[in-house]
Amino acid sequence: MFKMSSYHLDHLQYLETEAIHVMREVAAEFERPALLFSGGKDSICLLRLAEKAFRPSDLPMPFLNVETGHEFPELLEFRDRRAKELGAKLIVRTVDEAFKKGIAHPTPGQVSRNQLQIPVLLAAIEEFQFDCAIGGARRDEEKARAKERFFSFRDSFGQWDPKNQRPEIWNLYNAKLNPGENMRVFPLSNWTEMDVWEYIKKEKLEVPNIYFSHERECFRRGGQWIPIPPPHGDSSKPDPYAGARPKPNEPVKKLVVRVRTIADMISTGMIESPADSVEDIIAEVAAARVTERGTRADDKASEAAMEDRKKAGYF
Amino acid sequence: MSHSQHPIELLRFNTCGSVDDGKSTLIGRLLYDSKNLMEDQIEALERSADITGGGMINLANLTDGLRAEREQGITIDVAYRYFATPKRKFIVADTPGHVQYTRNMVTGASTANLSIVLVDARQGVIEQTRRHTFIAALLGIPHLVIAVNKMDLVEWKEERYQEIRDEIEAFLPKLGAFRDVKFIPMSALDGDNVVDLSKKTPWYDGPSLLSHLETVHIASDRNLNAFRFPVQWVNRPNNPTDQKLHDFRGLSGQIASGIVRKGQEVVVLPAGIKTKVADIWTYDGSLDEAFCPQSVTLCLEHDIDISRGDMLVGVDSLPGRSSELSGRVCWMHARPLSPGKKYFLKHATQTVQAIVTKLDSRINMTTLEADPDPAALGINDIGGIRLKTAKPVIFDGYTTNHLTGAFILIEQGTNATVAAGMLTAPTEAAKPEYSDFAI
Repeated sequence: MFKMSSYHLDHLQYLETEAIHVMREVAAEFERPALLFSGGKDSICLLRLAEKAFRPSDLPMPFLNVETGHEFPELLEFRDRRAKELGAKLIVRTVDEAFKKGIAHPTPGQVSRNQLQIPVLLAAIEEFQFDCAIGGARRDEEKARAKERFFSFRDSFGQWDPKNQRPEIWNLYNAKLNPGENMRVFPLSNWTEMDVWEYIKKEKLEVPNIYFSHERECFRRGGQWIPIPPPHGDSSKPDPYAGARPKPNEPVKKLVVRVRTIADMISTGMIESPADSVEDIIAEVAAARVTERGTRADDKASEAAMEDRKKAGYF
Repeated sequence: MSHSQHPIELLRFNTCGSVDDGKSTLIGRLLYDSKNLMEDQIEALERSADITGGGMINLANLTDGLRAEREQGITIDVAYRYFATPKRKFIVADTPGHVQYTRNMVTGASTANLSIVLVDARQGVIEQTRRHTFIAALLGIPHLVIAVNKMDLVEWKEERYQEIRDEIEAFLPKLGAFRDVKFIPMSALDGDNVVDLSKKTPWYDGPSLLSHLETVHIASDRNLNAFRFPVQWVNRPNNPTDQKLHDFRGLSGQIASGIVRKGQEVVVLPAGIKTKVADIWTYDGSLDEAFCPQSVTLCLEHDIDISRGDMLVGVDSLPGRSSELSGRVCWMHARPLSPGKKYFLKHATQTVQAIVTKLDSRINMTTLEADPDPAALGINDIGGIRLKTAKPVIFDGYTTNHLTGAFILIEQGTNATVAAGMLTAPTEAAKPEYSDFAI
């Protein structure tokens, strides 16, 4: 006889089966889906879930990434390698290209290109006629994200309307679209930062080495340790990191640091940490006294920073 | 802390009540007192308190995330929160009580194990209380908590608590089967009986809210009865990762109920063909058996033409098969339900066209009685309807199987989700016309 207790899913198994179900709905319901893969820890989990949802078949969607041009080189190397290992097509669109094409324009006085990812993402969706983009966003990250659906409808301008979301009942996702509209789908909606790390541990997933403790030169700005950008090589061109280099009054220090969450080099605060294994990171997350996005400069712009960006088409 | 060596159970619950019953404050209090808030969240609370709250921390600001909500002081959509104690992990759907947002409560509550209905001790039971309790029962949520809140404003009088309890207990039997119902007197604002038991209620001998959430028995909430497997995606590799799998043909999906074993006989519906499970394939290796709600890929002994929307079921208890359905719906759209209009009906993994042929009844939310033959169903109305579908649907009654008994209606053209529906049990089981697979 079978014991009842063996028919039990723990919380990670529950979150996993829910996410696999969501991914298969995407493959079944959309014509041209894409998966947003940055090389960050959340999208690393998405890749494993995609393998679990679709193997032994090929992954039925390409990967898409929007580069600000300020990325950690370690992240780009990891992203390219993982896409290759999984046999997936990787599409990269950059803010720099968008400047040349006139899709986006530099914002005077604003060195961060975080906002500029929005038009580039929307242009890529249009270019490839994607009707759905799977993202690794989680509801526990931020207050506006806490109100997002698994299947988040975007109008033909890519906008999110929080007051007019489709009710999402049981596991019945309404994937219907009219031409030009698209869907953002978030299989990790119910995952927390801790769940992500526990899953990385359980599945023995590789993560970029910048998540682990290392020595790095940083400077102090806005109460955060910001990494020193790479040197400006070609002096015939404008410095892409102009404004993101330490000013004389900003102290520079070599520290033992790691990233907790990754945006690009300009928007990511490094945390001082000796954690050099997934186990150490889990212990650190468990003991953390600030939220994950507490180290994200892009969220500190205002109380409603994320709400405003999502309405404009941010993922 | 929240990580641990032993498996941790996940409890999903939702909160509902009227505007100003203190739902958001209650969730804020649960997070704050169970030490699930971070310093930057507390700082943000203190910052907003200094500006708008006259120095008082407003715990509701934790969940009222959108600017539009802070301006209007109400929760306009379902907000999800996550917290953990050493005993369990929790997913909270904070569902608003404002009268026009009942659809959001249905959204938040449909996946919950437990519902907390808040009652303001000063106001007592109002129409919203009945409506929310009724919806929780309609959705088949197994566990109910009635949080009698703001007890501090009625001087912690046991008589007031008992009055409210009596009134709710009087209408509960009409609503059907909750597995358990717990009444808890509390003050979310001050934290009495939320995480810790209060000294102000010596007459109350039950648990605090958190301790109830940590211990309520949810292991038997899952449906391990009749096997149901809606085919979600046909897995047929062109270029398999393992060359040995070039003939691989799998049916991917999430088990909606029951248990499946390798070698077991199953019936493919609607075709009515009997075959055997040759393999339960997963990325992590083959399984001998799998159970609800695991996501797996089933390989069958025979190569049968099967596509998304078909269902594999156990041979011992067959579901219904019909293109004439009846059930109850919660109407979610400002444009009323009109008989004769075509909608898309999404049920399990299948979407078919459907016409509403008749409105049977509309629930009167004051009496909780069904009024027959209504002219229409408007937004937030609940009523009985009949449907005719363009092709037969394989289904169970919602009360026996939530996932094969539920549907949504989608308006054609706008693609709005206009209704959440729960099917009445089939009058007879599907009769497969032919039995064993024969070549």
